[in-house]
Amino acid sequence: MAAHLSYGRVNLNVLREAVRRELREFLDKCAGSKAIVWDEYLTGPFGLIAQYSLLKEHEVEKMFTLKGSRLPPADVKNIIFFVRPRLELMDIIAENVLSEDRRGPTRDFHILFVPRRSLLCEQRLKDLGVLGSFIHREEYSLDLIPFDGDLLSMESEGAFKDCYLEGDQTSLYHAAKGMMTLQALYGTIPQIFGKGECARQVANMMIRMKREFTGSQNSIFPVFDNLLLIDRNVDLLTPLATQLTYEGLIDEIYGIQNSYVKLPPEKFAPKKQGDGGKELPTEAKKLQLNSAEELYAEIRDKNFNAVGSVLSKKAKIISAAFEERHNAKTVGEIKQFVSQLPHMQAARGSLANHTSIAELIKDVTTSEDFFDKLTVEQEFMSGIDTDKVNNYIEDCIAQKHPLIKVLRLVCLQSVCNSGLKQKVLDYYKREILQTYGYEHILTLHNLEKAGLLKPQTGARNSYPTIRKTLRLWMDDVNEQNPTDISYVYSGYAPLSVRLAQLLSRPGWRSIEEVLRILPGPHFEERQPLPTGLQKKRQPGENRVTLIFFLGGVTFAEIAALRFLSQLEDGGTEYVIATTKLMNGTSWIEALMEKPF
Amino acid sequence: MDCYTANWNPLGDSAFYRKYELYSMDWDLKEELRDCLVAAAPYGGPIALLRNPWRKEKAASVRPMLEIYSASGVPLVSLLWKSGPVVSMGWSAEEELLCVQEDGAVLVYGLHGDFRRHFSMGNEVLQNRVLDARIFHTELGSGVAILTGAHRFTLSANVGDLKLRRMPEVPGLQSAPSCWTTLFQERVAHILLAVGPDLYLLDHATCSVVTPPGLPPGVTSFLQMAVSFTYRHLALFTDTGYIWMGTASFTDKLCEFNCNIRAPPKQMVWCTRPRSKERAVVVAWERRLMVVGNAPESIQFVLDEDSYLVPELDGVRIFSRNTHEFLHEVPVTSEEIFKIASMAPGALLLEAQKEYEKESQKADEYLREIQELGQLTQAVQQCIEAAGHEHRPDMQKSLLRAASFGKCFLDRFPPDSFVRMCQDLRVLNAIRDYHIGIPLTYSQYKQLTIQVLLDRLVLRRLYPLAIQICEYLRLPEVQGISRILAHWACYKVQQKDVSDEDVARAINQKLGDTPGVSYSDIAARAYGCGRTELAIKLLEYEPRSGEQVPLLLKMKRSKLALSKAIESGDTDLVFTVLLHLKNELNRGDFFMTLRNQPMALSLYRQRIEGRVAALQIAADAFYKAKNEFAAKATEDQMRLLRLQRRLEDELGGQFLDLSLHDTVTTLIVGGHNKRAEQLSRDFRIPDKRLWWLKLTALADLEDWEELEKFSKSKKSPIGYLPFVEICMKQHNKYEAKKYASRVGPEQKVKALLLVGDVAQAADVAIEHRSEAELSLVLSHCTGASDGATADKIQRARTQAQKK
Repeated sequence: MAAHLSYGRVNLNVLREAVRRELREFLDKCAGSKAIVWDEYLTGPFGLIAQYSLLKEHEVEKMFTLKGSRLPPADVKNIIFFVRPRLELMDIIAENVLSEDRRGPTRDFHILFVPRRSLLCEQRLKDLGVLGSFIHREEYSLDLIPFDGDLLSMESEGAFKDCYLEGDQTSLYHAAKGMMTLQALYGTIPQIFGKGECARQVANMMIRMKREFTGSQNSIFPVFDNLLLIDRNVDLLTPLATQLTYEGLIDEIYGIQNSYVKLPPEKFAPKKQGDGGKELPTEAKKLQLNSAEELYAEIRDKNFNAVGSVLSKKAKIISAAFEERHNAKTVGEIKQFVSQLPHMQAARGSLANHTSIAELIKDVTTSEDFFDKLTVEQEFMSGIDTDKVNNYIEDCIAQKHPLIKVLRLVCLQSVCNSGLKQKVLDYYKREILQTYGYEHILTLHNLEKAGLLKPQTGARNSYPTIRKTLRLWMDDVNEQNPTDISYVYSGYAPLSVRLAQLLSRPGWRSIEEVLRILPGPHFEERQPLPTGLQKKRQPGENRVTLIFFLGGVTFAEIAALRFLSQLEDGGTEYVIATTKLMNGTSWIEALMEKPF
Repeated sequence: MDCYTANWNPLGDSAFYRKYELYSMDWDLKEELRDCLVAAAPYGGPIALLRNPWRKEKAASVRPMLEIYSASGVPLVSLLWKSGPVVSMGWSAEEELLCVQEDGAVLVYGLHGDFRRHFSMGNEVLQNRVLDARIFHTELGSGVAILTGAHRFTLSANVGDLKLRRMPEVPGLQSAPSCWTTLFQERVAHILLAVGPDLYLLDHATCSVVTPPGLPPGVTSFLQMAVSFTYRHLALFTDTGYIWMGTASFTDKLCEFNCNIRAPPKQMVWCTRPRSKERAVVVAWERRLMVVGNAPESIQFVLDEDSYLVPELDGVRIFSRNTHEFLHEVPVTSEEIFKIASMAPGALLLEAQKEYEKESQKADEYLREIQELGQLTQAVQQCIEAAGHEHRPDMQKSLLRAASFGKCFLDRFPPDSFVRMCQDLRVLNAIRDYHIGIPLTYSQYKQLTIQVLLDRLVLRRLYPLAIQICEYLRLPEVQGISRILAHWACYKVQQKDVSDEDVARAINQKLGDTPGVSYSDIAARAYGCGRTELAIKLLEYEPRSGEQVPLLLKMKRSKLALSKAIESGDTDLVFTVLLHLKNELNRGDFFMTLRNQPMALSLYRQRIEGRVAALQIAADAFYKAKNEFAAKATEDQMRLLRLQRRLEDELGGQFLDLSLHDTVTTLIVGGHNKRAEQLSRDFRIPDKRLWWLKLTALADLEDWEELEKFSKSKKSPIGYLPFVEICMKQHNKYEAKKYASRVGPEQKVKALLLVGDVAQAADVAIEHRSEAELSLVLSHCTGASDGATADKIQRARTQAQKK
């Protein structure tokens, strides 16, 4: 069911099983038939750890979405609310409970806070006079959800905004808690590295919590050798650039939510002869994307330009495999062929899907506008003309291209120039306000506060120094058979991943100067291990580093890290954790001030 | 060796009983035991004496003394009894002393005479007074059963979770029963009482008459009854001197005995050993002690002085003014080893070891004998087991030595049973010590578990010993040392004569960062004793903020709580403190407090006051008037709004909330070119964008004439390619071609390709000699018609290469 989680170096199924067990235990506490009322935001993440079948096994008969007024009728003994600890949700719950109380036969109410029980919310329930109605009030610490064999995410959309705009560290606290959960299952991580203000705080909280839990010291042999905490604001550049890996592009164009993507259905219409008049499906095609699918695992992290050749090669192999049947003469051979049939058919289906997706993406990437945009991005990242008003951006504004696209480009230019000259900045801002409306001044304000858009201060543009020292721009990129992580952006090597790469070899001491330029402190902490648990590394055995992106990570960065893990002489394998899987668009969107 | 079995008394053919001294009591009793109310806790527990109880010969003026001793007679506490008359006393499983008063109130004291709490056994009891009371132990906890003056029973099966149950009435009961006891069957407590020749069993609802099977006729009254430690067996003593022993469910008779003593015994208790087939009861009169069982003869002891029996799991303790003894059935293994002329493997092994020490070759003979029978493993096991049952360390040692000796000749004997026995015995010997005074037997110790034993040591404030045991047994810190240290600290904070600083320092020195110690529990205890300052000092050491903060709030140290909450990073905790603070402080102080805590302030702003985010930021923008841009933008915005309102008034249509760009577009689309230009001048829209804007608007209108006019108004700042593009977007090739010719040389090829003039594009590209442009054109050469063009390009290419 979730076998792909155990393929990686670290078996993340252990974590999934642990959270599933906790869920089952909670459900069993409420004896009898149950209905679950869902905070809608939670359904996606929960889908990754527990399907309906699991809930059904534990007598969950009905599921509703949390909304005002009364609950739909359900003949069950227990009603359980699965909610995030948000005050506004408490008001809705109270409304539900009160109207249910009037309805007649009493039910047992329970509430499960995800990921943390909150005194504040309970106080609110108390004020609303319903706290006593709940028999079980518990918390379900679903911090890090396993997405793939090497990928964990908290899927907390507001993490970046909360930390950098609102000064609200709740998500950092949850991140630290999540790390404690992880360490309880996979052993204490002996070394913690970090860069950035939030990273520092998470590390502090972890050390603090470690002290709190000293009593329950586990004696598990550590699976992770290092933890690297990285603030998103150390590397604001990477998410702004357009990702050019296969998965990255799917996300950029269609958006991947909780490992599912919705695609326009036209390309997926079953091609059958004879019924040309059949109308096209109108509902979006929903596909799950993870490494459980063999083909996807192979191509997801490739540069999109290298995907086509793999797909055609695969097509040949598969049709050759199907041709085999003509060679099958003996009963034994036919039997063997038939036994392989399901696998082959699955492979063919998967190939058809990805060929369709690749065609959809190709339509976008071959468009002139995409090319122009990419050219501008690449110019900025390689340091060309970052200090003046850019024609393309101007034209985009004048033609009222989507605001987020414009903002991404302007921010990219600002970041690549360590801030824009006041005149240039004001010009852009005025253009944006006049074209898209003055209300966006709040969004611009947010972007400035987050450091994405800023006037140049200080004498010098420090980006070229960073670019050169960290070799962020590589001119000779091999997209087909990459030799460097820069292939994921066809030239630009993601800064965050470069930091990780340099940490593992030769160490950060070599780039002290650049680290000082980047925001926030960098640090190293050791968590002492009992002598019995200290690892003796076999020669040639790779280290395992858990890298935690506070504020989000893109699929291209993940691809780059996977590339590093696969390098034969890399010496380090990575498991990636993050507060949110994101791309430039969803990132900027979260920072935009919503219309009111 | 001969004398070792001297104190063994056979009962019937199969069992021996022995009585040995545990301690010689050195309590300095001024009175006889018979003048006191006595309560002794099982499992080697403490003994409580209430001297000078309220006897009939009224000595009302003298206040009685309550004294508590350890099992070895070491005084623990003695205090003056100031409450009402006590009918009965007993110890709970937690070693709390329950004193049942005549009025039905039960006072609970700790081991050290500290008053804990009290509860009442109900109104009915209060009115009718207490005639008799029993404290009993079941798996549910410790219970209290009361016989009232109205001859009714009330009981509570667990004093920890007090639920009073009034038992049904016994029909026609006029006088107090001659004897009664509590039974416990199927997790329910019952009362068994004897009235004349009848036995009644009371459960919650019914009163039924029961008859013991095989009871001989002629019984007119029952004088004494005893139920076994496990509630499985029952013994009845009748006025004919007959003793009936059977199951407590009255299904079977086990045995009977006629002692021919008609005097009512003072006490009668069971003396059995778990898993043993032997059944025996011990009956005590003033000067006589009798062990009777399934044998025609009984064992008789003479009691020199007033004695008191305490039933235990595996025997009976008997204490008096001077001694404290233990009477039990000799365990099978001990019997096999020590029985005279025993040939059991264990006995031979013990002998062999002794000979070996004497350096006699007989050792070898004995050993061979065991080995030939293949019983060496069994022999070692017997010796180990028997060592556990010995009270005297020298005997334990010699048995263990024998086991160890035997082990040498075995290949694979798992060592853990031996090691564990050594450890257990060491612990047992330590606690049996006179100063500690907990005379547990091995079976009792195993039944009690080490955790409970540690609790009991802690209760006796024997912290160092408890810690030594933990260290010796290598118990996990959380279960062992940490817990004990925490208890010690809780005790320490109650020492009011020591200053706060000293206590805090002493506690921290000892506890340090011992894992699993909850400083907040200790602090809560300190706060409970009214030592707030000490509590705060202790909380400083608490690493878990989640524990720190609520207590600080309770102690009204909100500001400290706030900074601790912030330190923890747990925002929920911060909110909780904030809410608390808001209720507690007036508004001014509240914000002053917040000011010093920026994180709290921002959290407060964000969630609690529910700010309208946008307005706040807008206000910020105004506030930061230094931010010229924002101020100006806001001014512009207001200007635009005013303008839009005017436009709506004058022109009709929808203008409000459009952006400037859209406003101008709307104006152009609506044909108000003048106003559009005026607006773009007022707001200084850059030329480039204005051109784009106009171009888009006019193309949308498909006003090609106006577009052409516009294109000729002056030289386009955006070039003419956009014109071509936009015309093509509207599928107007004709118009597009007009502009294609005006496109600058760099973009000419692109423009020509857009309008589909591949041939001309090829010409221009060849002229430019640009490889990129050539290949671009080539890629557009599709179909047969472009064949010639493609050839042309190929030629040009080869030519270029030649040069």
